[in-house]
Amino acid sequence: MNDDHDSAYAGLLVDDAHWAFGEAAHDDPLAGMDTSIPAGVDATELASYCLELGDDALVLAHRLSEWCGRAPDLEEDIALSNIALDLLGQARLLLTRAATADPSVVPPLPDGSPVPPEDALAFFRDDHQFRNTNLVELPNGDFAETICRVLVWATYRLALFERLAAHPDGVVRAVAAKGVKELAYHRDFAAQWFVTLARGTEESRRRLHTGLAQVWGYRHQRGEDAVAEAVLAEVLAAAGVAAPDVGPVATSSHTEHLSRMLAEMQVVARAHPRGRW
Amino acid sequence: MTNSDWPLYEVFVRSKRGLNHVHVGSLHAPDDAMALRHARDVYTRRSEGVSIWVVRSDTITASSPGEKDPLFAPSGDKVYRHPTFYDIPDNVPHM
Repeated sequence: MNDDHDSAYAGLLVDDAHWAFGEAAHDDPLAGMDTSIPAGVDATELASYCLELGDDALVLAHRLSEWCGRAPDLEEDIALSNIALDLLGQARLLLTRAATADPSVVPPLPDGSPVPPEDALAFFRDDHQFRNTNLVELPNGDFAETICRVLVWATYRLALFERLAAHPDGVVRAVAAKGVKELAYHRDFAAQWFVTLARGTEESRRRLHTGLAQVWGYRHQRGEDAVAEAVLAEVLAAAGVAAPDVGPVATSSHTEHLSRMLAEMQVVARAHPRGRW
Repeated sequence: MTNSDWPLYEVFVRSKRGLNHVHVGSLHAPDDAMALRHARDVYTRRSEGVSIWVVRSDTITASSPGEKDPLFAPSGDKVYRHPTFYDIPDNVPHM
């Protein structure tokens, strides 16, 4: 009997596939990709758009990572961390794309700083320079609230990423193609839990309703989307949950919650701008 | 918090290069569908698997360690049951 067949873990290190995007991507997330600006695309607008999409992923990744070690049980702890890591991966690619499209978006750092552009964007911008929606920056509530937020966000993000398959920029298309598989799982995970909580106990249902009401008004902040709305309606119907009577919350300037989150997220990087990690 | 109310599941994963599902561990989950998702999240984070089975632990009938001798000792002295007296052709895989 070949040893490989006795262990599910055999054969993992046969090539550089254990690096998320290949070994070269450890230093440069877009290694090997054509990062020239396609004809007809405005580099400044492209950078701005990538910052919007990247910041949404980065901020929600941080919120989900706050669950690490605190989730209701080990399995959910790992599940939420997995989603956070997928989103962090999306953020790396999109922030790097923003920096290659328009280097002027990258905040200046002291001479000799080894901080790559993606990290400069993540750790050295102030709150008012972030382009994320309010939905992702709200502080975490309970587990049910997080499930509702992931469901609403991933459903909208997946519908958007499916359309980005037609984006003129090849890097954005590649990010979207990779993200679609990740988001499909995030949506499925959240929808499964949504239905489970809705059909659970009186307490789980109460918490689910409360959580949904907290995030529901924010779902249009990147524009209303008929495809996403249809999916959400289906999930709510399967769970036997009525849509909350909450009007849309207009995109506003950031809340103080983002400032507090960034203070914690950025403090070490800012204290050591010449640090190597 | 505790999930002691949740049943225990055993997880079997077939790796990319594996021919059969191999037991990799166990986990708690509220139902079968969630057990599959938990297994994906807990046991295939490093691209270990291409297929997962989950089965409730309480549905497994296992032999008891106390029965070890009556069950397995009698085969110990029957070396003629091993196919070591045959030459296996090189082109027969997975033997």
